[in-house]
Amino acid sequence: MKFDTPAGQNPIDRLKVVGQPTDRIDGKYKTTGTAPYAYERHDVTPSQAYGYVLGAGIAKGGIRGMDTSIARTAPGVLAIVTTLETPRMERGTMNTAYLFGGDQVQHYHQAIAVVVAETFEQARAASFLITVDYTPETGKFDLAAEAKSAKPVKGDSGEGSGGNGEERVGDFEGAFAKAQVTFDEIYATADESHAMMEPHATVAAWEGDKVTLWTSNQMITWAHESMAKILGIPKANVRIDSPYVGGGFGGKLFVRADAVLAALGAKAAGRPVKVALTRPLIANNTTHRPATIQRVRIGATKDGTITAIAHESTSGNLPDGDPETAVSQTKLLYAGANRLTAMKLALLDLPEGNAMRAPGEAPGLMVLEVAMDEMAEKLGIDPVEFRVRNDTQVDPHAPDRRFSHRDLVGCLKLGADRFGWAKRNAKPGSLRDGQWLVGVGVASAFRNNMVMKSGARVRLDEQGTVTVETDMTDIGTGTYTIIAQTAAEMMGVPLDKVVVRLGDSDFPASAGSGGQWGANSSTSGVYAACVKLREAVAQRLGINSADAVFEDGQVRSGNRGVPLGEAAQGGLTVEDTIEFGELSKTYQQSTFGAHFVEVGVDVHTAEIRVRRMLAVCAAGRILNPKSARSQVIGGMTMGVGAALMEELAVDTKRGFFANHDLAGYEVPVHADIPHQDVIFLDEVDPISSPMKAKGVGELGICGVSAAVANAVYNATGIRVREYPLTLDKFLDRMPDAA
Amino acid sequence: MVGASATAALAAVPSAAGAAPVSIDKPVLTKVSLTVNGQRRDLELDTRTSLLDAAREHLHLTGSKKGCDHGQCGACTMIVEGRRINSCLTLAVMHQGAEITTIEGIGQPENLHPMQAAFIKHDGYQCGYCTPGQICSGVAVLAEIKAGIPSHVTADLNATLQVTEAEIRERMSGNICRCGAYSNIVEAMTEVAGRPV
Repeated sequence: MKFDTPAGQNPIDRLKVVGQPTDRIDGKYKTTGTAPYAYERHDVTPSQAYGYVLGAGIAKGGIRGMDTSIARTAPGVLAIVTTLETPRMERGTMNTAYLFGGDQVQHYHQAIAVVVAETFEQARAASFLITVDYTPETGKFDLAAEAKSAKPVKGDSGEGSGGNGEERVGDFEGAFAKAQVTFDEIYATADESHAMMEPHATVAAWEGDKVTLWTSNQMITWAHESMAKILGIPKANVRIDSPYVGGGFGGKLFVRADAVLAALGAKAAGRPVKVALTRPLIANNTTHRPATIQRVRIGATKDGTITAIAHESTSGNLPDGDPETAVSQTKLLYAGANRLTAMKLALLDLPEGNAMRAPGEAPGLMVLEVAMDEMAEKLGIDPVEFRVRNDTQVDPHAPDRRFSHRDLVGCLKLGADRFGWAKRNAKPGSLRDGQWLVGVGVASAFRNNMVMKSGARVRLDEQGTVTVETDMTDIGTGTYTIIAQTAAEMMGVPLDKVVVRLGDSDFPASAGSGGQWGANSSTSGVYAACVKLREAVAQRLGINSADAVFEDGQVRSGNRGVPLGEAAQGGLTVEDTIEFGELSKTYQQSTFGAHFVEVGVDVHTAEIRVRRMLAVCAAGRILNPKSARSQVIGGMTMGVGAALMEELAVDTKRGFFANHDLAGYEVPVHADIPHQDVIFLDEVDPISSPMKAKGVGELGICGVSAAVANAVYNATGIRVREYPLTLDKFLDRMPDAA
Repeated sequence: MVGASATAALAAVPSAAGAAPVSIDKPVLTKVSLTVNGQRRDLELDTRTSLLDAAREHLHLTGSKKGCDHGQCGACTMIVEGRRINSCLTLAVMHQGAEITTIEGIGQPENLHPMQAAFIKHDGYQCGYCTPGQICSGVAVLAEIKAGIPSHVTADLNATLQVTEAEIRERMSGNICRCGAYSNIVEAMTEVAGRPV
């Protein structure tokens, strides 16, 4: 099905199942520990051996030799595959760093060997017996130092944000020089780790020249192509299966060393092999959100109309790597006649920087929305009002292009009302509650709505059960449930008459889970397949499909009603793919929100506690308010982490992230997060898809860190422009506790 | 250089992690009997096997998760002799004769424990990987509060302990949920504790 005109009335609009806050259909498996994750697939293939990955102990240089002779004699060892014996393997379609092979080390903890043994304990012990002779080289690890030599670069997050090295509208410099009120500051954001709870893991089994990989991956189609390319075998000889993914956040968009080394280890051992990356490997072996240095300049009239806005960002990456597209949202979020956005990239020898939840917008809005707060204060205008005053209904870079639907103002106003914003004390550092200085902050949320081609197969059986198969993944996003809701709505059956099977490369290729495109795109693919199934059912029953009503497990036409299953004599299976036409180009499709946060800052210790959080979101039709709300609060939680604690600490001498585990890399825990409120504006976006939905999975993290930072400023009167806002950065400036 | 030691003597081969020298002797196997979810299980295990790996790899009870293997995330939480522990941080052979409850013993898909049902109702999970640990901890936390065991946030040690949100958040903070379902988990636990959500 080609989607190239705005959606009209369709069966989804009935909203009997879609749009309802249904409990997750996979809930009973997840809560009982019976949902199978990759490393647990004891059922799929017998006599699995254990692989243990050895990571490089230097950040850059060569490997002159590896002595595995003792390790090979260790008890239980079945095989050892080293990088020196393996020519450098092709990269996956999306990888920047090589995953394995050759004598060059590109980054710390790059995989250099896998030891396969009968047990995990034996594989681990034997890996310690390998000695490596390195020839280290000097590398570049310090973004601040390398920023001076950074070059302008175009870049694309692959998730809806990006741009050229420099983009301009009007004359920024001229307008900024003439502006009545100006603002110019520099900020820094930290390297961050996805830190998903399930480590990257794969079971690999060869049957002749064909390999099956039971793995944990967000994008089955990419994984399928990449593994064929890396292993140098046809795609038809690779199967990927990933029905449950224990979190990804971008860290499992691309295949990693676990998949490659499970495949190589299994080949060498002549047995199925399972490999999980140990937690301490993950930060340096895999990818991370790159740190940025950003400059924002805003010029405005005295009444708060922006006349000039510039956002520049510098980040670092390995050769061939992309920049963090932190300036992209600034092209679309606020009006202003004269504009400049620019990105620079410094070459660093740190591990690969790549997509992490809302790449671009997360660090970009962390900065832009603090700058907006600072400018509002400079203007003496309420920060909600300043944002409202500079709303735009068109793409400021192409004023003929309207937003398909944009209600940022509605989010800000409703949020302000519900949060009690009017009670805010505009003078910072002036509200005290016992030992706490109390402040509130606001920020806009913004993220583009991407639509991606997505396929599904639907099968109807004689009992009237509908089975949906697609290689779409559920990474905690609620995919199983919203796909079941979509099929149930389309076919007029209750939820328990729908079976959803995901994550297998033998199923039709889907949009996959990334860039908050998954829910809207994959359910649209299921919608398309169900339209086809409805036609097939009507044809079999001799009913005009336009007259057919699918309801209560029946197909009705006029006075005639037939149980749905009757159309399925001998089975009925159809397949279709939704493809999106020009609407995503004709219109700017984006999602919007407003974050409101209240914090307390301890007057003595400067400890920051988040006390209240509210997000108001405008993201088209919400397919399941319960799971969508969870996506948003999850983003808000990760945004609190980015604001207050998350930072991969760079050892700029040895070139690695030093705090590479979950004790050193701090993420929010229960005690850090208060009750969170989310309000969805009641809206539909027929230009986006037949579901009239948009992405919402990453909107929650967009802007929330700035709202936290703005609240800390409102509480203390101290502006910190270097994330995360750890107390060492402002304790000495705290107001007198008395 | 880090880990570079081609000439190091065998007796003192440093581990990749910089730990003590390792031996290449045959693994030491020991018999151990555990009572897991009410069933006696007899195992012969490498003494290096963690309680978590004994469950996941030997008993194929994979509900307990390995998130970090370092006692940092709580995904492996089990209830051992009535107390919740990080099962990755303890060796199986240290638990001869112990009563162990894993998530599989808390409830099953068609026979859910109230805590499991409340997690589903309040969407107290997303990816599901930390969930068994959260639920085992959640069940144990309510029992700890009932037993009058104080926490860091307990203000009055003489008063009867209440299942407040502050108590829940404090006691659950060893169980990381990267998807960020904390707000919903607190609501699920509050409901199970019989307090208005």
